[in-house]
Amino acid sequence: MNAFSLNCFEQCWHTAATPCSQFIDCINHGQQCDCSEESRAKLDRYSKQLLMIDHDIPVILVGMGTCGLANGARKLVDLIRNELQIRDFAAAIIPVGCVGYCAKEVIVDVKLPGRPRISYCEVKERDIPAIVERTVIGGEILEEKLLGVYECSEQDAWQSLPTLTENAFFAKQKKINLENCGVIDPESIDHYLVSGGYSALSKALNAMSGQDVIDEVSKAGLRGRGGGGFPTAKKWQFARNTQSDTKYLICNADEGDPGAFMDRALLEGDPHRIIEGIIIAAYAIGASYGYIYCRAEYPLAIDRLEKTLAAAREYGLLGSNILGSGFDFDMRIKKGAGAFVCGEETALIHSIEGRRGMPRPRPPYPAVSGLFGKPTVINNVESFANVTSIFKYGAELYSAIGTAGSKGTKIFALSGKVRNVGLVEVPMGVTLREIIFDIGGGIPDDKKFKAVQIGGPSGGALPESVIDTPVDYESLKNVGAMMGSGGLVVMDESTCMVDLAMYFMTFIESESCGKCIPCREGTKRLLEILQRLSTSYRDERTQEESLLRFQGMVYLERLATVITDTSLCGLGQTAANPVMSTLHYFRNEYEAHLYERRCPAGACKALLTFHIDTELCNGCGVCVRKCPVQAIVGEKKKTHYILDDKCIRCDQCRVNCNFNAVFTN
Amino acid sequence: MNITLNGQTCWAKPGETILDVARREGMNIPTLCHLSQFSPTGSCRLCTVEVEDNGSLVPACAFPVFEDMHVKTNSPRVRRARKTLIELLIANHPQDCLICVRSGNCELQRLTQEYGVRTQRYAGERRRARIDIASPAIERNPEKCILCGRCVRICHEIQAVGAIDFTYRGFLSSVAPALDRSLNTVPCVECGQCVVNCPVGALTEKSHQKMVWEAINNTDMYVVAQVAPAVRVALGEEFGTEPGTVVTGKVVSALRRIGCKRVFDTNFSADLTIIEEATELLSRIQNGGSIPMLTSCSPGWVKFVEHFYPDLLDKLSTCKSPHEMQGALLKSYYAQSFGIDPSKIFVVSVMPCTAKKYEAQRPELGSEFPDVDAVITTRELARMIRIAGIDFHKLPNEGFDDPMGESTGAGAIFGAAGGVMEAAIRTAHYFITGSDMKSLSFSSIRGLEGVKQAEVKIGEHLLKVAAVNGLHNIIPLLDDIRKGKSPFHFIEVMACPGGCVNGGGQPQPSTPERLLKRTESIYQIDRESPRRNSHRNESIRKLYDEFLGEPAGHKAHQLLHTHYVARDEYCR
Repeated sequence: MNAFSLNCFEQCWHTAATPCSQFIDCINHGQQCDCSEESRAKLDRYSKQLLMIDHDIPVILVGMGTCGLANGARKLVDLIRNELQIRDFAAAIIPVGCVGYCAKEVIVDVKLPGRPRISYCEVKERDIPAIVERTVIGGEILEEKLLGVYECSEQDAWQSLPTLTENAFFAKQKKINLENCGVIDPESIDHYLVSGGYSALSKALNAMSGQDVIDEVSKAGLRGRGGGGFPTAKKWQFARNTQSDTKYLICNADEGDPGAFMDRALLEGDPHRIIEGIIIAAYAIGASYGYIYCRAEYPLAIDRLEKTLAAAREYGLLGSNILGSGFDFDMRIKKGAGAFVCGEETALIHSIEGRRGMPRPRPPYPAVSGLFGKPTVINNVESFANVTSIFKYGAELYSAIGTAGSKGTKIFALSGKVRNVGLVEVPMGVTLREIIFDIGGGIPDDKKFKAVQIGGPSGGALPESVIDTPVDYESLKNVGAMMGSGGLVVMDESTCMVDLAMYFMTFIESESCGKCIPCREGTKRLLEILQRLSTSYRDERTQEESLLRFQGMVYLERLATVITDTSLCGLGQTAANPVMSTLHYFRNEYEAHLYERRCPAGACKALLTFHIDTELCNGCGVCVRKCPVQAIVGEKKKTHYILDDKCIRCDQCRVNCNFNAVFTN
Repeated sequence: MNITLNGQTCWAKPGETILDVARREGMNIPTLCHLSQFSPTGSCRLCTVEVEDNGSLVPACAFPVFEDMHVKTNSPRVRRARKTLIELLIANHPQDCLICVRSGNCELQRLTQEYGVRTQRYAGERRRARIDIASPAIERNPEKCILCGRCVRICHEIQAVGAIDFTYRGFLSSVAPALDRSLNTVPCVECGQCVVNCPVGALTEKSHQKMVWEAINNTDMYVVAQVAPAVRVALGEEFGTEPGTVVTGKVVSALRRIGCKRVFDTNFSADLTIIEEATELLSRIQNGGSIPMLTSCSPGWVKFVEHFYPDLLDKLSTCKSPHEMQGALLKSYYAQSFGIDPSKIFVVSVMPCTAKKYEAQRPELGSEFPDVDAVITTRELARMIRIAGIDFHKLPNEGFDDPMGESTGAGAIFGAAGGVMEAAIRTAHYFITGSDMKSLSFSSIRGLEGVKQAEVKIGEHLLKVAAVNGLHNIIPLLDDIRKGKSPFHFIEVMACPGGCVNGGGQPQPSTPERLLKRTESIYQIDRESPRRNSHRNESIRKLYDEFLGEPAGHKAHQLLHTHYVARDEYCR
């Protein structure tokens, strides 16, 4: 017995062609139909083996999400296999997704028979022999690599070891949608089934009508996780109420915000959860076909999704008459070519239809007229993960988490100048400070926190003063940012906020689809205004150019307002946000660039001027030799000077001065 | 329902947009991307208006009205937004209005004036692109393009050609053929619908003005002009007359004053085309030839078949288009009759069409020398009249020269969609029954619908005919022909929606009102003609008697018929 696949028990007649409504219940709650003790025991034993409650050989689980792979996880798996072979020792190797602690990859878990599962972090190639020799074979703990132990009974000898949940990174998290990521084998449908998978679907299909499903989601208070925060149930209701022979469901996996990787981690770590949520949503609105619009830059996610869809089809969870409910639904993956604007729902629809990804005006909304002119619901990956959770745990339990207006949990991708880069799931309502300092571990290298960019290029940069804002849709809007899809980019004092705004404007300007004037032309002019701020005097060839620098700032807010007011889609309507929020919170930095021609953070190279401290310089001449453009002059053993006209700001003199005599403004 | 527009209550139909209601109420809302026959794209954002209780501004062209809505089309916020958008557009525009062909007739220039843009508020980089002059009929200057997308929609949705589309992203976005190639290497049919719908000077015809002036200035050359039926109902618009004003006499006198030795009427050869085409049709029906027969007077349409339906080339009538027939006759019959060296004859066609420029260069159309030497559009003729210093309104009405100046009402209606069909049936009736039809007007194939069908009983024969305009409308019919399921005997196809009166060479911009008025005038010319059947054209009778012999005879075949070539969609 090595799969729940079809007819593995004598009496079971569930196949994709002859579905049984109790198939899932059988796996979750023991066999439902009258059958032999023998086959009941067989099922039970297989489940326990999968859950690693009762297994014969050690199991080694390697984090093989994109972050793990980037840190060499595939090489490690080969090494482990090799080491096991040398020692002629039998152990199972299972690839899992990312547990979220990307900074500590590669994470290798070991589960010995009868012992709790333990997690090793930052595993390098040189650690493998020790892990195999001492832990897998010897049953010993390598404390220096230990991240934590999964929950274990009090009798266990390893009880004194720190558990995973005690780790500061995990302590304040509430893992619901990420519960399986990094824990189960994402490519095994059996692993997913045995951890309660598809029970939500079974419940929805067997015990509820489509309207019931919508009501349940409404009760749970789920709001779209893609950024806008529109109530999911309301969107579904529109589509359900629209009469049509065909309806479509689209899963938006075109995650494009710089610094966001929530959807990727979900798709790589727990793809069945998303598929389950999609089928439930399709059932609710009466859709017959679905698309997962995933960017082609996520090859691993696409590969896993393909395997997932095939497995779901084989098990009769996709196709006709799903679980005997009479509901037919299938879907396919549509690869996006990487245009950021295709995350906008009408552009995404155009892209699936085979046209250029350009948004169109709404109304009509896709729920009324969407893909191929049919009612279409588009939700983001994380929203579907939440749908599964709602039906797995019940709307009441779900809505108990979070704040009055924002229910449930939210996944954030924490990156930038923060110690614990990774993926975190927190209940709505925790503060940004908790996420950045408690979970994220604060700023590395003893630098000071400066700002956090939330909501990607559509969001805003929030300074220390508002960092105690709870994360929920309304509070974030009130401080000039937005929830967005969940990217949190932390910045320290060495980040220039003008430079940051310029980075996001560059992104938006090049990702604009070019359809509407304010977005296409306006963002370019906004970008140019910012660029002029960080252009040095020397590069301003004429007086007119200096004048333009001031003129730009005078018209900046007018332009930003018009772009926000008149753009066709969300991309343009929020394009000015990074500029406006940094201007609001860091006006002094803008003024320093504009009037004083200096960058307080020292990040805008062109504005730096290098000087030599006459007291400290002893005329050793190292800087003269290092300077690639002969911009430093001075007599031997006497103070040297830097010619600003010639200086190219390469920083070589400052780095190489043995007496710290070179400084910048 | 009722809505409030700038404080005034007004009535609105459910399903209407704010723009519909505002225009009816006399409120002018500027648009650049809006085309009345299409669903809105909302790309230019100039029609932006303020709706109470709605956060951002909304596009009037796309926003449906709802009960009790309060709309402000003229608030400070709206005006500022529109002005800023115009400022943004001109910041990325060459601003060479003084030397631009559209100066004075440019929608961007007009808006800049209307909104009082007096400063360069936003300055910076300008999009650079190379001018594409490789096409024989249409020139593109992407730097002037404001990316309103009208040309793209026309080319895709009306003409089903899709030669141009948006390319690149962000600030680099441009409208261009696939892979940024030149227009001559892609399956552009040169219809020029993009040109007449372009609000600025980004798309223009390839000018033949210089060629014509040089020929006129060359005393050795004998320059003759011919005027297409649709030109005479549109040229006046260039000089401020009401749309549809018939200015036939002024066109003739203007061409003479410009320096053309003789001015002939293309309606003459339209009549001739009917004789040849009706003969060909009857011969195909009687001898089991390739049926249905498709007309061949629209060169854009012919190129469309060559690119996209090369297997159906044998369905096309082999008749040359009227101005090519005229050109061939001018360099043979006319030259012979008046003792002029045909190599010295320079034929200028004044056409409502850009595709005719390309057609004139087809190697099949001519023998030693091309049948037609230069094609100027209605717009170019207007420019030449201005350059020559002629006061259009004071021009006398003059008549065409003989022998190719006589025409009938049947030739005149070539300019309107369905006209070729109507004229052909009139003559086919005569050929079959030996008598003229009693009622000469076919309401069933007149009008601006894309596909018009009719059944005509002529003697024993029951002819099933269709008249199609706008190339996307012909596709289902062609697919039926491919499958052998087409019920028709004869199909007229005009590439441009509405036929030649709305051709790519007509005064810009193309509006539904102009199209309607020009069409009405075409039928008015027919109604007022003393003769309304092509076979009643005495000059044509004389032509056959003196020169050609039989319709579809040997000489006629040599001079008046042609052949077609299959073309790749993309030239390699």
